[in-house]
Amino acid sequence: MSQQLIQQLVNGLLIGCVYSLIAIGLTLIWGVMNIVNFAHGDFLMIGMFTSFWCYTLFHIDPLFSLPLVALLLFTLGLLIYRFAVSKVMRGPMLAQLVVTFGVSIFLANTAVLLWTPDFRLIDKPLLAGTWNFGTVQISVPKVVASVGSVVVSGALMLFLNRTRTGKAILATEMNRDSALLMGINTDRVNALSFGIGSALVGVAGGFLAMYYYIYPQVGGLFGTISFAIVALGGFGSISGAFIAGILVGLVQTLGGYFFDPAYKYAIVFLLYLLVVWFRPQGLRGW
Amino acid sequence: MAHRIVVSLAALLVALFAALVPSTARAESPKVIRVGALYPLSGNIASTGLDCRRGAELAVDIINGKYDLDLPLAKEEGIPNLGGAKLELVFADTKGEPKNGLAEVERLITQEKVVAIIGAYQSSVTKTASQATERLKVPFVCSDASSPTLTQRGFKYFFRASPNDASFAKDQIKFLKDMKAKGKKIETIAILNENTEFGSNVAKEVVKAAQDGGFKVVAEISYTANATDVTSEVGRLIQAKPDVLIHASYITDAILFTKTFKEMGFKPTAFLSFAGYIEPAYLPAVKSDGNDIVVRSTFALDLGKKKPLIAKVNELFKKKYGTDMSENAARSFTAPFVLADALNRAKTTESEAVIKALLETNIPGNQVIYPWKGITFNPQTHQNDQATGILVQIQKEQYVTVWPFDSAAAEVTWPLRPWGKK
Repeated sequence: MSQQLIQQLVNGLLIGCVYSLIAIGLTLIWGVMNIVNFAHGDFLMIGMFTSFWCYTLFHIDPLFSLPLVALLLFTLGLLIYRFAVSKVMRGPMLAQLVVTFGVSIFLANTAVLLWTPDFRLIDKPLLAGTWNFGTVQISVPKVVASVGSVVVSGALMLFLNRTRTGKAILATEMNRDSALLMGINTDRVNALSFGIGSALVGVAGGFLAMYYYIYPQVGGLFGTISFAIVALGGFGSISGAFIAGILVGLVQTLGGYFFDPAYKYAIVFLLYLLVVWFRPQGLRGW
Repeated sequence: MAHRIVVSLAALLVALFAALVPSTARAESPKVIRVGALYPLSGNIASTGLDCRRGAELAVDIINGKYDLDLPLAKEEGIPNLGGAKLELVFADTKGEPKNGLAEVERLITQEKVVAIIGAYQSSVTKTASQATERLKVPFVCSDASSPTLTQRGFKYFFRASPNDASFAKDQIKFLKDMKAKGKKIETIAILNENTEFGSNVAKEVVKAAQDGGFKVVAEISYTANATDVTSEVGRLIQAKPDVLIHASYITDAILFTKTFKEMGFKPTAFLSFAGYIEPAYLPAVKSDGNDIVVRSTFALDLGKKKPLIAKVNELFKKKYGTDMSENAARSFTAPFVLADALNRAKTTESEAVIKALLETNIPGNQVIYPWKGITFNPQTHQNDQATGILVQIQKEQYVTVWPFDSAAAEVTWPLRPWGKK
């Protein structure tokens, strides 16, 4: 029993770190722009496919294609912001909801058209295999993905807190009007945040591609879970999303193991309900 | 009051007359008989739908043309007792959604004037579609959906020629008993299933069959098929230490579990499975990790060695479409023959007569492309009780028949070899 407890704790942490990185991208976009990005899961899918094609066509390991994935997703985010999202920023709430929803459907169906609905896997990543500690098995690509996710999340927090651009983003997140009065170009901040948010989820996709299967609808469930994580951590809170991501990973695996796997996502959403009951603003929201 | 009765009586007469006119009109042997074919031709499992469509099309080619094959009506052109009338399939796309199954059947019957329905591959879609045929009183011949509940509803117009999951479950337990008789040690079974209509029903049937067969069920784990991570499910399996794992899954979860089993080192003595593991997308995704897994099936090309009819049909299929016949295509291949045979004996396309003929169906085993004893329908359930499944094992990344032993093309690889060494 105790061996499985350790095993499940480790697995929970490993998946939780990746959840965190996915959710941080989403919460950044939400915090700065008050926009729910329904296409977030599809950005993850594009990130995964980019890794896959770099590996298949050019034999670049997913670990080394990460900068390319980040750059590509950053550009995609900027373009989608410029040509779709920014057009409805001043429009009604409903228009803002519909625009990212439309982007989501567009991306998923384009992927089906270009790459067929088949399942793909990167079969031989550079870092593969399992570490064996007695009865506890730890998957190497999962360790790479979660450590990588923590490093990227840390780098983002440093960027936000230590650089002028980062501080401008945080300021806009706190109060858009005041930020505007202080001379911050909030439109540029918007574009930048959308780009960074997309790049983050793209990188998470690159990490996931090392061990998860890839197909056009892969983003769906990850997207849904990241919404719950963002709400749990507090809308717009980066550190909240980070903590909540790991929490959700742990609750999912431990809950699934000790109660019933059929209810593991129900337990996650129960946790979310409990938190908003006592702290409607989320763990670290304000 | 009297006035009202007269009016309603008149209305009833008119309705009766209206109902009679088209059926007598339909009864004069038409040159073309239209049959509705429901398949998921777009959406998530569009590739499966295309496979099914090809199987049904080839069957209709054989019925309409002259072929030297031992299949019902193959040697004559069209349907002899209806003046050589040809079958015409009218395809409808369900997109894999139950609501479309219902709507498309209504459209096919009322607008396209089809006389019968075949399809619809997915059990959930077949369920709603057959509700519509029951209401509109049109025969539905199914040879591809496998949920046992479909033939437990006492429907009058629904017939199933192919085996269902209850018989597949019994087959798997029978196989384990046969292996036990050969001296293999098998005592405990764990059941892992996705938790919708298909998986939960399979689990129920497997538990029943396992207990009847004297095996101990040490774990019953159900899960949501659409999952990001299944390590807690696998953790429970490791804890339960079963001799045999029986897994009912769709395609995404089959891939994810295979990877997680390997990663966490879960290795039972034998690994039996349903559905997801035989989808065309499974092996390309997991490659040699799929080896040694046993899957339930109805069809395998290697059966052609003992039954030349299968090889001949596959040759025709290959000539027409350029690929080998898959299990999906083979399943949908059967329904048109069952229907054509019944139409021929009914000598009319009128529903009630066709139903009567279907109930009297008796197609011998040498006229089907499976190792079945034949096709006859149980008068209560309308299930073909002679339909049996086979078990195939993945050997060197190919599906090979291993059970029943008299149809087997190769020996069973037993026990499961360690992950990474297959």
